Amino acid sequence: MHAVSFDHVSKIYPPRREGIKSWFSKPSGTGLQALNDVSLNIEEGEFFGLLGPNGAGKTTLISILAGLARASSGRASVCGHDVVTDYKKSRRALGVVPQELVFDPFFTVRETLRIQSGYFGLPRNDDWIDEILANLGLSDKADSNMRALSGGMKRRVLVAQALVHRPPVIVLDEPTAGVDVDLRRSLWEFIARLNRQGHTILLTTHYLEEAESLCGRIAMLKRGQIVSLSTTSALLEKFGGRSLEDVFIEIMKDGTTNSSEAQA
Amino acid sequence: MTITTASGKHIASTAMGFPTLFKKELLRFWKVSFQTVAAPVMTALLYLVVFAQVLQDKVQVYGLVPYTAFLIPGLMMMSMLQNSFANPSSSLIQSRVTGNLVFVLLTPMSHREIFSAYVLAAIVRGVVVGLCVWLVSLCFISLPLAQPIWILSFAIISCGIMAIMGLIAGLTSEKFDQLAAFQNFLIMPATFLSGVFYSVHTLPTFWQYVSHWNPIFYTIDGFRHGFFGVSDVSPWHSLAVVIGVFVALAALALRLLSSGYKLRT
Repeated sequence: MHAVSFDHVSKIYPPRREGIKSWFSKPSGTGLQALNDVSLNIEEGEFFGLLGPNGAGKTTLISILAGLARASSGRASVCGHDVVTDYKKSRRALGVVPQELVFDPFFTVRETLRIQSGYFGLPRNDDWIDEILANLGLSDKADSNMRALSGGMKRRVLVAQALVHRPPVIVLDEPTAGVDVDLRRSLWEFIARLNRQGHTILLTTHYLEEAESLCGRIAMLKRGQIVSLSTTSALLEKFGGRSLEDVFIEIMKDGTTNSSEAQA
Repeated sequence: MTITTASGKHIASTAMGFPTLFKKELLRFWKVSFQTVAAPVMTALLYLVVFAQVLQDKVQVYGLVPYTAFLIPGLMMMSMLQNSFANPSSSLIQSRVTGNLVFVLLTPMSHREIFSAYVLAAIVRGVVVGLCVWLVSLCFISLPLAQPIWILSFAIISCGIMAIMGLIAGLTSEKFDQLAAFQNFLIMPATFLSGVFYSVHTLPTFWQYVSHWNPIFYTIDGFRHGFFGVSDVSPWHSLAVVIGVFVALAALALRLLSSGYKLRT
């Protein structure tokens, strides 16, 4: 069973039309094709990198996995559970760290985590919450209101929220954007430890050195299609031992899909 | 159901996120109770002072009921309706604008759980505000309680109607001005033109007819019946209307939630 599976997933965002006119007529145009026939399997325990320039479709792919967006065609699953027909089980198996720094200003850090845990049917989860807080360096901020935290601290809370129900699959959508070096290091140590314990990690990032050092396998997306899919070592080897950043630029410049590689 | 985590630990899951979302929605208004409870009570008190002072000796309703006594159930219901509407609508629009609605959408909660939590929390807020208005009104006049079961029934179902309206408004609005339009051009006129301040029997025939198409009229009229034992229309008629409206709105809200309307792209 794959930890994560995308099977011929395409996504077209329909054109939007604002105002009263939208009530009476369908908008014209074909919409935006964000994903085009993406097939991809991630195995249990993998640390998988999903790379691509802005607008490549990374967040859309993650949104489909998390149930925040619906695929126009194809299907996706988490730990064998279809994200549409078996959404309860698939969402229980998934923890998502969103890209945006979002928070509820009404609550403290501990309340935020208790609420998130309760949403998953785990209202009494304080031991694990304390463990996450300690691991993410948030113990002394547990009773602080979310509004009082710095950007880096808020980012840690987002990670904690994704982990609060102990999901076997963790998706990190650019988790270190705008984060200082210290936090970045401690965050990766924690995530790497979770990965060693068997959690599957799906990471999107623009920091390619992070992907190079952490990810065992990497997929590259361009304009909604996978243009490269390979183990990190094989990818670097293929391009003569250059850095992942050089490889990324080279592949994005070329842009043609390596079909045999992308089907791997 | 149990989930085996990657580290081999088992997590017992009750599969219900509803109690937590319900509690969170209660906490959300309770933490700012000065704004969500005290302020609407103050507004109702001002209406009471002004209207009762001006009209107390000039108007009698249902034959013997003093105007101040007649006004209080109307003000209670108006406050309950407005606050039941405000709870889910403000929660949803704020969560949508700040982006934290994603934390609800990522969970395994069903659309029925989400619906129930938002609506029940809004009913609680509405009833709490109504109770506070009633307590404050005791400084002016003590109301009879002719048929308390009607009072309770209309309070809960009416708050439920406006809670669902608030949920629908929150789901369909993407910006604060859209929600404000909903409030100012639908909720406020329907509330003010429903007999809060007057008996519809004092209106010209045409406006009486119009009032009977306003479902909010039945919530207030039925609620008043519980206090005085008299009303403009039969409480059974009012009850049938409010239950019908409640069911229709609930069906619409559940449909919006299950389809992910403006929630899931």
